[in-house]
Amino acid sequence: MAHSGISVLFEGTNFMRLLGGLWVTVKIAAVALILGIILGVVLGVLRTFKNRLLRAVLRLYLEFFRVVPTVVLLFLFYYILPRQMNFNLPADQLATLVFALWVGAEMSDIVRGALISVPRHQVESGKAIGLSRLQLYRYVLIPQSISLELPATINLATRVIKTTSILLLISVMDVVNIGQQIIEANNHTYPTGVFWVYGLIFLFYFLIDYPLSWWAKRLEKRRLERTNG
Amino acid sequence: MSWTIIQQSLPMFAKGFELTIWLSFIGIIGSIIVGLVCSLLQYFKVPVFHQIASVYVEVSRNTPLLIQLFFLYYAFPVFGIKFGAELCGIIGLIFLGGSYMAEGFTGGFNGVSKSQLESGKAIGLNQWQLARYVVFPQGFSLSVPAMAANIIFLIKETSIFTVIAIPELTNTALDLIGMYYRSNEYLFVLVIGYAIILIPLSIILTLLEKRVRYGSFGN
Repeated sequence: MAHSGISVLFEGTNFMRLLGGLWVTVKIAAVALILGIILGVVLGVLRTFKNRLLRAVLRLYLEFFRVVPTVVLLFLFYYILPRQMNFNLPADQLATLVFALWVGAEMSDIVRGALISVPRHQVESGKAIGLSRLQLYRYVLIPQSISLELPATINLATRVIKTTSILLLISVMDVVNIGQQIIEANNHTYPTGVFWVYGLIFLFYFLIDYPLSWWAKRLEKRRLERTNG
Repeated sequence: MSWTIIQQSLPMFAKGFELTIWLSFIGIIGSIIVGLVCSLLQYFKVPVFHQIASVYVEVSRNTPLLIQLFFLYYAFPVFGIKFGAELCGIIGLIFLGGSYMAEGFTGGFNGVSKSQLESGKAIGLNQWQLARYVVFPQGFSLSVPAMAANIIFLIKETSIFTVIAIPELTNTALDLIGMYYRSNEYLFVLVIGYAIILIPLSIILTLLEKRVRYGSFGN
């Protein structure tokens, strides 16, 4: 045992490469979340409208993205966009697109759920003082629904970050993919390197997700305390 | 899209389908058991064990299944601990699902309203009776929606098993695409496969949620 496995992490540029991979992961998750949340808010508001056809179409969109596992969604877009629609995107942008559409679907349900649970008397009071529909959303419904949406949205963010680990399936150079390369390149010199590399990636994910889910839990607890007195 | 190709692939998909259902089933049952044990340890604040349960829940909830599987499948054998791919999949799924279920049950127990607890105390129930007759019956019914969501989530997570080459639904489709280069047909069957499992199941679970809503009537 000339080498301790942990030093594989600091051999050459390995550590910097892993951090670089983590940056790719975080960037994809962040862009997808921003785009998806914007899409989801719009769709969620639309889903509270009375138009039946619109509601049915948006419901179908949501259910499709809910029923199909994210891995499968990724492959659907990966194979079908270029072959059927002649639409070629680099793998990382494709992944961002898929994740954004998925976030949009999930977010639309969070937003809709929050909007319809704003107490009725708030809407009625708004109407009574002569607010238009737009003003009703802008000044009454959306501000009041945010405290309901926030914990669920943060939880969704943690799920998106965890799900980025599947990006290696479509050969995005994310942290997991780079980890695998490092393991393969150093397998001979550091037979236990696999443990340390995956261990570090495990830790990376935990360090990003744990504070977020802790924050979501705290917000939710506070909200419940407020409503239950 | 060619129907002959779809037809020829069906026997292989049937096998993958069966494996997905089987692995999900064991994984879900295991997760419910682990989740229940953890949430009870936390509810009764069993010394030492409830801290262990909390650490487990946070670690498992905040890391991706894929890395958990890589750990089990690639990193453990370095230290002489070796499992087959399917066993790794099941262990991984239970490790992940256990914390989700625990959170669901804990949420249910904590969701029982204060007035219920105080009424119980007022009629002279002791700590154990309060748990047995007030908190658990109501808490379980309150945790059904979370459990239903977790069941669907865990079934979908089995698609990640493809990374350690377990021949479930997704892996079957990716293998076929790799061999015959017909993506439309195989992806179509794949999506239908998941829809056949998940759509009826989510309808059943929604009905179940409606039947056990009594948990929230006592407020």
